[in-house]
Amino acid sequence: MTPENRAAYWQANLRLVFGCMIVWFLCSYGFGVLLVDELNAIRIGGFKLGFWFAQQGSIYVFVILIFFYAWRMNSLDQKHDVHED
Amino acid sequence: MSLKVLTYLVVGASFALYIGIAIWSRAHNTRDFYIAGKGVSPIANGMATAADWMSAASFISMAGLIAFLGYDGSVYLMGWTGGYVLLALFLAPYLRKFGKFTVPEFIAERYYSKTARIVAVICLIFVSFTYVAGQMRGVGIVFSRFLEVEVTVGLIIGMGIVFVYAVLGGMKGITYTQVAQYCVLIFAYTVPAIFIAIQITGNAVPQLAFGSEIAGSGVSLLDRLDGIVTALGFTQYTSGEKSTIDIFCITLALMVGTAGLPHVIVRFFTVPKVRDARASAGYALLFIAILYTTAPAVGAMARYNLLNTIQPGEIGAVDGNLVFEDRPDWMHTWEQTGLVAFDDKNGDGRIQYYNDQNPDFEATAASYGWQGNELSVDRDIMVLANPEIAGLPDWVIALVAAGGIAAALSTAAGLLLVISAAVSHDLIKGIFVPGISEKGELRAGRIAAAVAIMIAGYLGFDPPGWVAQVVAFAFGLAAASLFPAILLGIFYKRMNKEGAIAGMITGLLFTYGYIEFFKGLFLKWAGAPWGENVAANWLFGISPEGIGVVGMLLNFTVALLVSSMTSPPPEHIQHLVEHIRVPRALEE
Repeated sequence: MTPENRAAYWQANLRLVFGCMIVWFLCSYGFGVLLVDELNAIRIGGFKLGFWFAQQGSIYVFVILIFFYAWRMNSLDQKHDVHED
Repeated sequence: MSLKVLTYLVVGASFALYIGIAIWSRAHNTRDFYIAGKGVSPIANGMATAADWMSAASFISMAGLIAFLGYDGSVYLMGWTGGYVLLALFLAPYLRKFGKFTVPEFIAERYYSKTARIVAVICLIFVSFTYVAGQMRGVGIVFSRFLEVEVTVGLIIGMGIVFVYAVLGGMKGITYTQVAQYCVLIFAYTVPAIFIAIQITGNAVPQLAFGSEIAGSGVSLLDRLDGIVTALGFTQYTSGEKSTIDIFCITLALMVGTAGLPHVIVRFFTVPKVRDARASAGYALLFIAILYTTAPAVGAMARYNLLNTIQPGEIGAVDGNLVFEDRPDWMHTWEQTGLVAFDDKNGDGRIQYYNDQNPDFEATAASYGWQGNELSVDRDIMVLANPEIAGLPDWVIALVAAGGIAAALSTAAGLLLVISAAVSHDLIKGIFVPGISEKGELRAGRIAAAVAIMIAGYLGFDPPGWVAQVVAFAFGLAAASLFPAILLGIFYKRMNKEGAIAGMITGLLFTYGYIEFFKGLFLKWAGAPWGENVAANWLFGISPEGIGVVGMLLNFTVALLVSSMTSPPPEHIQHLVEHIRVPRALEE
């Protein structure tokens, strides 16, 4: 585990976190708060879309996001050879 | 069997289960007591985290809040789930790698300072006691309604149960009790929701029923709700009253606060590996999401059921409202607790329920012969009364009581444990008596837990507000004090002790001061609140619930400024940061 190796690992980690944060922000603050009125013009079944994101969709995205992050980080650990054991 | 006997049986059985688990998994050393010996599987830890963190507020108050707030209630849904993303991405894996016992311990080592440790302990105690006060009130409500005992007696029973398994079992006992409590509470929450969803829409999945048509009407539940509430002078259910900036700030304060809550963070110290900590955050949120995606459906259906009961006929017609004498049984029962009240202002013997605070609706109401809203319903009872409103069998009602108690007790226990660990490990072992033996520290931890339970019980007699709001303040305080210090400690190598300490103090004082000023928290005896809590008086239009965001920004700003003007942290601290950033141990 060289210092360059660790630095590359940390950079890749930060990129992944940044990407996840964009999705996190979009599906909650974006679709559920800032753009809620615009999205409410669209309907999915009995839901207005903006309202659905605020009370349902954002939560589903959060769950998927954490599992995605865990999966990506575990493979980054392997790739940069910093995994446990 | 009467409801009362059934409730005693179900709640009693759940208590027996918790105590049994506590005896089976009691702590033998400080490692067990603080972090369950680091042997908890990610899935079990996910369940324990979910129970730890879903409090009386989530179980009892949240759906009721959403029922009355409609869209504005989304702040709690997004805020109390989105924080897990922050926790998983920014804190959990690194703190697990650090691998010690408490949050102040991390602050102390990272910022090479006993002062930082004391400040972190103060922040932690502040946050945790604010939070625990809300739990104790939740226990009181459930006990007084379902077991028909005095709130005082209910509190003492609740304190006794927590005492047994928190003091005896420590983190290990709490973890496995919380797994059981999660199962009880999620079952108790979803079963009535499924029944009600079937009754109203014919769809058994509450998350789908939420967006379905009301059986036989051809109109969707949400459209129908929007129609009724606006016809009664309320804001549309699917849009809110709060300003966008306030919604934004409250949601963010709750999210960041979730990630900064010490009793949630320490849960991730209990898993064996860094990768387990990541996965565990995912499982925790998955288990939480089961309740959190059900809650808004429950809220909407509860509001619909309530309106349907009060307003069975056409709005405005003389015989459109419920005749008081014909009111259903659940209203009788809840009237006795004072949480439902009726006042026949226009003397017509019928109940009118509408928004009498809306000036645009005054003329319409007057033309109907209505002279003010006649029904007051405490939001906290919506979940508890829901099974009765929907006419569900008694065993479901008993189950909901057990679930509410499980939610409150599991959170209270988690909080009390971090308080006791902060006292025994951070203050006593870390600062005042470094030479204390392991046995002595374990005893100190148990005594601290016992004292914390008593104080929490006392706070439960005179809580500073209703459950969800009190809890919301704890999040604001956590967001403004602990979260920035931990985050900077991991992601910014140059952050030094001066910056971190100044930041934490600024964030805590500002946020606490703002909340005390507008809401009154611990200083009611001194005349708090001092300011009228209306939007016109708020800083940037941000309510006390959302002010933690400003406190957090102040914390970051002060911390960065102060650290840039003072000397960088020593070499070995930079090395510590390198060490926690990678899962594998550094060889050197």
